Amino acid sequence: MQRQLANMKQTLFDQGYLDEQFIQLEELQDDANPNFVEEVVTLYYRDSARLIQNIEQALEKSPLDFSKLECLMHQFKGSSSSIGAKRVKSECTQFKEHCRVGNADGCKRTFQQLKKEYATLKKKVEVYFQFARQIGPVEKACRSK
Amino acid sequence: MGMAAADGQFHVLAVDDSLIDRKLIERLLKTSSFQVTTVDSGSKALEFLGWHGSERNMFNETSISPKIHQEVEVNLVITDYCMPGMTGYDLLKKIKESAFLRDIPVVIMSSENVPSRITRCLEEGAEEFFLKPMKLSDVNKLRPHMMRTKFKNENEKPEKEEIITIGEADSDMEKIQRAQSLQQHNNNNDNDDDNNNNTKRKSMDEGLSPDRTRPRYSDLTVMSN
Repeated sequence: MQRQLANMKQTLFDQGYLDEQFIQLEELQDDANPNFVEEVVTLYYRDSARLIQNIEQALEKSPLDFSKLECLMHQFKGSSSSIGAKRVKSECTQFKEHCRVGNADGCKRTFQQLKKEYATLKKKVEVYFQFARQIGPVEKACRSK
Repeated sequence: MGMAAADGQFHVLAVDDSLIDRKLIERLLKTSSFQVTTVDSGSKALEFLGWHGSERNMFNETSISPKIHQEVEVNLVITDYCMPGMTGYDLLKKIKESAFLRDIPVVIMSSENVPSRITRCLEEGAEEFFLKPMKLSDVNKLRPHMMRTKFKNENEKPEKEEIITIGEADSDMEKIQRAQSLQQHNNNNDNDDDNNNNTKRKSMDEGLSPDRTRPRYSDLTVMSN
């Protein structure tokens, strides 16, 4: 089971969904803070939902306020980077680039892509955590031996 | 580790408008046995530090008594650069311009690697500049800055050797640099300005303090931006 979990994680890395920062988060988790990673990721979901909504609204305006969009995306990129959400982060970078050159279509296209990546990441990470939770207690029992 | 235990805990004030980053930096700092206070803006940081709006720089008249009432001692301020309203740079400036706060070491974090930004901050008196996201190895570099100031305040001479081995120096160059600046500090005990200048000059001489930021630069070449 442990190996399955490790494989799951490895796949997430190999497919570029997560990067080394996620490992940094895991290293900060300990017995005193056993749910640290999940807590941070939950905060990320909440924050992201708010940002996605704001960006969506901003994209409906005409003409687009590129500096506002870039600012929102800067926040999104920052938090994605902080949890190791590699693919989402790279979509954020692309979006910012479109903002910089005032490419409205580029922004809208990239945003769709970003939402897709975000949704996929969320699903995969949820599965990972669910699995980890299942085998968690077993792991602890082994450790106490 | 022994040094920290002997001196009691260091208290770090972390400033970041992002909730996630505040949670992260708090965990990083606590893992390294620092006491932590987090605030979400530069103005709240100044409030916490006991900076009063009516305190001016030495060129303005002020009748405020020079006794600052700082409830809690802060040994280091770590701040994000990009924040709405008062940026990390603005906060750094205010701290360094304040007669009562300027001895507190300030460290800047940023998600963007902009050489001119880094230079500006170091010139203004920031001890170091880190690229986000911060890692444990970065946090390990904070302790020497806090110890240098604490010892100066308590008028004790630091044991050079121990300070060099605490935290991870990325390179021998950095170890030598630290030893040199400590040597300088010991020689000019009352002259912290000199010390600051020496450190700054070192950074300038090496051009954007490559030793301090080298690991970050190499990180960044991997992460195409």
